[in-house]
Amino acid sequence: MIQVNIQRTLHGVQGDFDLNVDLDIVEGEFVALFGPSGVGKTTLLRCLAGLEKPDRGRIAFNGSVWFDAQEHTHVPPQERHVGYMFQDYALFPNMTVRGNLEFARRKGSSRQRVDELLELMDIAELQHRKPNALSGGQKQRVALARALAAEPQLLLLDEPLSSLDPTIRSRLQDEILQLHQRMGISTIMVSHDVGEVYKLAGRVLVMEAGHIVRQGSPAEVFSSGQTTGKFRFTGEVLGIEPMDVMEALTVLVGNQIVRVAAMPDEASNLHVGARVMLVSKAFNPMIIALE
Amino acid sequence: MSIDLAPLVLTFKLAAVTTAILFCIGVPFAWWLANTRFRLKPIVEALVAMPLVLPPSVLGFYLLLAFSPEHWFGHWLDQAIGLRLAFSFEGLVLASVIFSFPFLVHPIQAAFQNLPPSLAEAAAVLGKSRWQTFLRVLLPNIKPALLSGAVLGFAHTVGEFGVVLMIGGNLPNQTRVASIAIYDEVESLNYAAANVYAGTLFVISFVILLVVYLVNRRALK
Repeated sequence: MIQVNIQRTLHGVQGDFDLNVDLDIVEGEFVALFGPSGVGKTTLLRCLAGLEKPDRGRIAFNGSVWFDAQEHTHVPPQERHVGYMFQDYALFPNMTVRGNLEFARRKGSSRQRVDELLELMDIAELQHRKPNALSGGQKQRVALARALAAEPQLLLLDEPLSSLDPTIRSRLQDEILQLHQRMGISTIMVSHDVGEVYKLAGRVLVMEAGHIVRQGSPAEVFSSGQTTGKFRFTGEVLGIEPMDVMEALTVLVGNQIVRVAAMPDEASNLHVGARVMLVSKAFNPMIIALE
Repeated sequence: MSIDLAPLVLTFKLAAVTTAILFCIGVPFAWWLANTRFRLKPIVEALVAMPLVLPPSVLGFYLLLAFSPEHWFGHWLDQAIGLRLAFSFEGLVLASVIFSFPFLVHPIQAAFQNLPPSLAEAAAVLGKSRWQTFLRVLLPNIKPALLSGAVLGFAHTVGEFGVVLMIGGNLPNQTRVASIAIYDEVESLNYAAANVYAGTLFVISFVILLVVYLVNRRALK
């Protein structure tokens, strides 16, 4: 059980603002912090890890006080036993993959744990390589494995999968989900990605300008309580050509080009380059699995 | 004609002792400079960098005054531990340490500053003390800078002339290093001996610097 109630002044791009967070996390919960950059998500994680001090407030973990501004308590990061996965991974360049994990191992924990983690994260064949010889996805797995090697009581993930291509990303999400279900470590993850939050988190906290403005299950938060049967896409008109009595519009949606038919009166107030929204009601799409 | 090799031996002995002392003081100092939020840090940095811009004779002059037995500092050293720094090898070592300090500190300080802060933070979160982090994470990741710093300090000490002349003079086996010997031999029109000293310094300095660049190029790969 983690109880957080902290305030801290942050220096943002648009001037100073206050980080003000009041938050309880149940043991074993998977919580996502969601919101644009620069709203204090990373600072909140850093305060939890002990890398930064809040100005005011209190942080307690399972009954022990990690931070209390009034009593001048600040437990250093060394004694908090958290696993922290940094945005830049922070792998030690002078050590091999195995070396990084060995370094993280707590005194007295078994050497087998490193082997298990190497197997589990599918990085056993990379164990003698240095971090500079790894790809982005491999580095992220090593960083996650290293965070777990310390047998943390709390896992903090700062945009763990941000720079990966969709396939690897999805695989790692599955792995994180399985790990969380197996080990039951309370986890807090910073993410910008709705799909990722949906998939992993039991609870999502939406942050804006230092405050938690909404929270709940991802379904509640992202669909405002109701899901819609409508499909909507926004796009840009690339071309308009007459086609019999209709007009054919070529529209760029995301990075796909689609052709749709339009009535002449609909097309008459459109021009090439216009932003449009395509809405399709009551339609029954074909669903094709991709994997 | 026989050439006295003592000045060359003395030069490298001086450089080796100086570099060893420099390394022990300079590496922790560079780390402190890279991390401190001390308000007077600019003053400290300016003092450290002074030997880069001062004529060596200025430093040599003040050190000579301070070391002389008439000055309270020199007097105190002489009385307390029987150490005379003016015109002695020990004095040369101390002066060389001061004079070569920025050459060692600057590359190492820059390397510490260029390390991502997340490395030390990651080690802290993993339960490692500052000392363990320093030895096992920070130092190993700035090896090329440690080498450059040590070699620059060494090479600069080998090449020092002005300070040595001011506070060391020209005592054989005590303070007569190669750079002084060259000057001395040229003064007495003994060009052959000067040539031996000068050529040796030239070749050895070149080889040392070449090794540094080769090693650093390999480390970057």
